[in-house]
Amino acid sequence: MSIQVNNLSKKYGQQLALDSISFSIPSGEVVGFLGPNGAGKSTTMKIITGYIPATSGDASVCGLDLVEQSLEVRKLVGYLPEHNPLYLDMYIAEYLLFAAGIAGVKNTKKALEMAIELTQLGPERNKKIGQLSKGYRQRVGLAQALIHDPKVLILDEPTSGLDPNQVVEIRNVIKNLGSEKTVLLSTHIMQEVEAMCNRVILINKGKIVADDSLEGLKNTSPTDSLETIFRNLTSHVGSI
Amino acid sequence: MWEVFKKEIRSFLGSFIAYIVMGVFLAITGLFMWIIKGNNVLDLGVASLQVMFNIAPYILIFLVSAITMRSLSEERRLGTIEILTTRPVSDLSILLGKYLAAVALIVFTLLPTLFYYYTIQQLADPLQGTDVGATMGSYFGLILLAASYASIGLFASSLTDNQIVSLIISMVLCFFWYGVLSLLGDIKALDAIGKSLEWFSLDFHYQSISRGVLDTRDVIYFFGFIATFLGATKMAFESRKW
Repeated sequence: MSIQVNNLSKKYGQQLALDSISFSIPSGEVVGFLGPNGAGKSTTMKIITGYIPATSGDASVCGLDLVEQSLEVRKLVGYLPEHNPLYLDMYIAEYLLFAAGIAGVKNTKKALEMAIELTQLGPERNKKIGQLSKGYRQRVGLAQALIHDPKVLILDEPTSGLDPNQVVEIRNVIKNLGSEKTVLLSTHIMQEVEAMCNRVILINKGKIVADDSLEGLKNTSPTDSLETIFRNLTSHVGSI
Repeated sequence: MWEVFKKEIRSFLGSFIAYIVMGVFLAITGLFMWIIKGNNVLDLGVASLQVMFNIAPYILIFLVSAITMRSLSEERRLGTIEILTTRPVSDLSILLGKYLAAVALIVFTLLPTLFYYYTIQQLADPLQGTDVGATMGSYFGLILLAASYASIGLFASSLTDNQIVSLIISMVLCFFWYGVLSLLGDIKALDAIGKSLEWFSLDFHYQSISRGVLDTRDVIYFFGFIATFLGATKMAFESRKW
């Protein structure tokens, strides 16, 4: 199993953000992590990447325990946080070389070329990150996440805020990556999942409400669109 | 650790902070040493850098705080802290990388003042020369003092995602540990309590090292001070895990 999560719970103060969720993802799968805003998607991802600890439960990546072998796990995971944080005053190559170095890559130059190739950053590679369009910034974020050739990619809303063309481009990049890596990506857009994923984990109010292949989810109510299924499974939450 | 260190140094050089800090430090110390009437070297006629070593702690309160104000607060504001802390490096090595980069920049800022020392050596009475021991001691003390300021600055910057708030907290804390505590020793009414509080001030140990007599107690004090503030920084930095 690439990612194994057992009874994971997270409390922020009194508020229960994650309520004992469990799932496992075999290697090579592209999984869409779906749910309304505030459902616990980002929290789960922050726990798996080791940014924050879980309140209870445990998780492992490629058989390595998240807490006990934290540094080992981090070598295997590439992470694109929500809102794609970047140092705007750095040059692309400068930033990616730093990302490679801090990820423990030996041959940083080679890793840089590979990441630029994969994310098709070539034409813009001599620019400062602050000068880039949102779509290209997103590619830099992706390049940062995969610069150390991780086995597992965790992408938190990788296409949010992009225009339709950019969305398609980023989706293609992720789809290509999915052929050799395990990808867990979060979104609240159904088409996203249809375009990229073979499996859906639907989460609502910190609980998993559906965990199925795309086909399986469609078959639960064949007459409805995926949008409607999503709404039915999560609608009892007050909309934001 | 060195990856973070290199990145910090690059960002100092790229954002002109480094040049501003060095320029301001040299300009102010230069003014006080050679130009402003009254206490300057030529008026006093004493071949020593004492004027600089008296004024430098106050200039450094501002400059060191300016160097460190963004180091952690900016990572928090941008959200890059989430990338940094999920890479295979420990939190401690991130902090040490940032801390050592700040200290390196300060040492680099002090280097050009060796030229002042050379000048004074040339001006000095050839029979008496300059007090090499006291000068070396003062430089050593000044570096330890600035390194202590840097640990305060890093701590302040771990508390907030606002650089200005970080700058002000850092300056206040530096001034407290340098200036306020040592003044307490001068208050007659406080008597022995004031004297023992004075022992905790950075100034007390800075002055002591400046005399050119290396007392291990002073060195231990400075290293303990730095370690304490770095420890506090680590706690604040890991507050997300609470």
